[in-house]
Amino acid sequence: MPHIVSVDRLSKTYEGGFEALKSVSLDIEEGEILALLGPNGAGKTTMISIICGITTPSYGSVSVGGHDVVTGFRAARRLVGLVPQEVNVEPFETVFNTVSFSRGLFGLPRDPARIEAVLKELSLWDKRDSKLVELSGGMKRRVLIAKALSHEPRVLFLDEPTAGVDVELRREMWETVSRLKADGVTIILTTHYIEEAEAIADRVGVIAKGEILLVEEKSKLMKRMGQKSLRIELTAPLDAIPDSLSGYALEQDGPDALIYTYDTNAERTGITRLLGDIAAAGLHLADLQTKQSSLEEIFVSLVQESAA
Amino acid sequence: MNLYAVMAIFRFEMARFFRTVWQSIVSPVVSTSLYFVVFGTAIGSRIQEVEGTSYGAFIVPGLVMLTVLTQSVQNAAFGIYFPKFIGTIYEHLSAPISFVEIVIGFVGAAATKSLIIGLIILATSFFFVDIRIQHPLPMIAFLVLTCISFALLGFIIGIVSKSFEQLQLVPLLVITPLVFLGGSFYSISMLPPVWQTISLFNPVLYLVSGFRWSFYGLSDVPIAASLAAITLFTILCLGVIWWIFRTGYRLKT
Ligand SMILES: Nc1ncnc2c1ncn2[C@@H]1O[C@H](COP(=O)(O)OP(=O)(O)O)[C@@H](O)[C@H]1O
Ligand SMILES: [Mg+2]
Repeated sequence: MPHIVSVDRLSKTYEGGFEALKSVSLDIEEGEILALLGPNGAGKTTMISIICGITTPSYGSVSVGGHDVVTGFRAARRLVGLVPQEVNVEPFETVFNTVSFSRGLFGLPRDPARIEAVLKELSLWDKRDSKLVELSGGMKRRVLIAKALSHEPRVLFLDEPTAGVDVELRREMWETVSRLKADGVTIILTTHYIEEAEAIADRVGVIAKGEILLVEEKSKLMKRMGQKSLRIELTAPLDAIPDSLSGYALEQDGPDALIYTYDTNAERTGITRLLGDIAAAGLHLADLQTKQSSLEEIFVSLVQESAA
Repeated sequence: MNLYAVMAIFRFEMARFFRTVWQSIVSPVVSTSLYFVVFGTAIGSRIQEVEGTSYGAFIVPGLVMLTVLTQSVQNAAFGIYFPKFIGTIYEHLSAPISFVEIVIGFVGAAATKSLIIGLIILATSFFFVDIRIQHPLPMIAFLVLTCISFALLGFIIGIVSKSFEQLQLVPLLVITPLVFLGGSFYSISMLPPVWQTISLFNPVLYLVSGFRWSFYGLSDVPIAASLAAITLFTILCLGVIWWIFRTGYRLKT
């Protein structure tokens, strides 16, 4: 099956010579939620802007639904909804009209019922006759989402949708995203919040300094990069780690607990031997806990690797 | 062509006009009435008639042109500058439309607004002077063409402008002088020969002349020259706009 979005060796050098994207290739599957994770200035917005037609590429090509975004821009753009990073709205227009306008702009006939459904989905129906200038920041952002959904896109780009948004609204947005996914919409969101990628993405792409470092299924990524830690609680406090355990690089965590870090992908985790040696050292176990490292730790280690 | 998009842009721009309809209409009507009082009454008491037409009636086409030109340029310049300024232009750039839809939507709306204002001013002038319109159809055609071509010019100004000052500068420094020096309030035959020749390089002269001809059958230049001038001007503006969108100049990074 062809990919719904295909980015091929895309490069962008801005006027002034700054290279924001360096030959980026990326294939996006229909119906998935892809999180593009990267620090500020990584090139996330640049990539999305090229796909959506706001920025011109310096080299390379992009296709959406099999249509090239330059030569077949009409067919390609019809499939795409964009929620930009910057919250810019026409101040004196009403919520309903501005969303209705977007639908028309994308070549669809008026459909008040559809606009009503979108506004209700985003809890904006009560505000339909309010001028945009009267809305809070979070509501304006939801208006931008409503605008992007007004023309029933098959691919939705959300550029840092939850930056500066309160917890409740963030949760609501995640719910909206999962409902859209259930309807078959492909969603690409950029974020520098790792929890966000962790919470809703199917795949995670890590981008830094204009290059994609990897794209992988979230679960695989976490497994592949998966360092786990084992917390060993003892029945009695410990003055120092016994010499017989010095080979395990244990860390002491409070007076009566030890932390052992191991790699789930290694042939041997060393747990069995460690527990045996602990018993042999005359220590008694009170409890054991294992913890998967978060995407955050994975991310930090990746970006550090690429910088090295 | 994406007709729904054209309609969406057009409607959106017209909504802005009707939101501030009183402001949009009252100010040109008031200033035109003032021109009638000052020019028509004060000067008209000295220059009784120009080539058989009373001076008050003679200046009506020029007055309408003055307003229509300025309004077309201002409306279109502001119309496209505003979304650029507040950042909502991303939507137009990411929509499945080309420059054709954008231009028709914005320029069409700007031209329509100034046409409405032009007609209102024309109607106002009936209260002040006796007006005949000898060639109504060419009159409307000239008016519409002028609205469109100068809205195209305004569109270019709106795209090129980097600030509100620049947006106002061109209409103020270029359009208004050209209209005043383009025979709006006089026939160039009243000028010394040197100035007559210089005036022939003023494109607005051809518009005013052609427009006045459709009222009174009087013209400074042949009507064919007027038609050719406005057509040429329109093509020139379209060419510049085509180039702007081809290169993404001041629109895309
Ligand atoms: N219009 C522009 N002109 C010059 N440089 C730009 C422009 N837009 C973005 N950049 C630069 O390109 C880099 C990538 O920016 P961006 O794509 O916005 O990153 P991100 O969205 O990942 O934070 C940044 O260093 C930014 O300063
Ligand atoms: Mg960004």
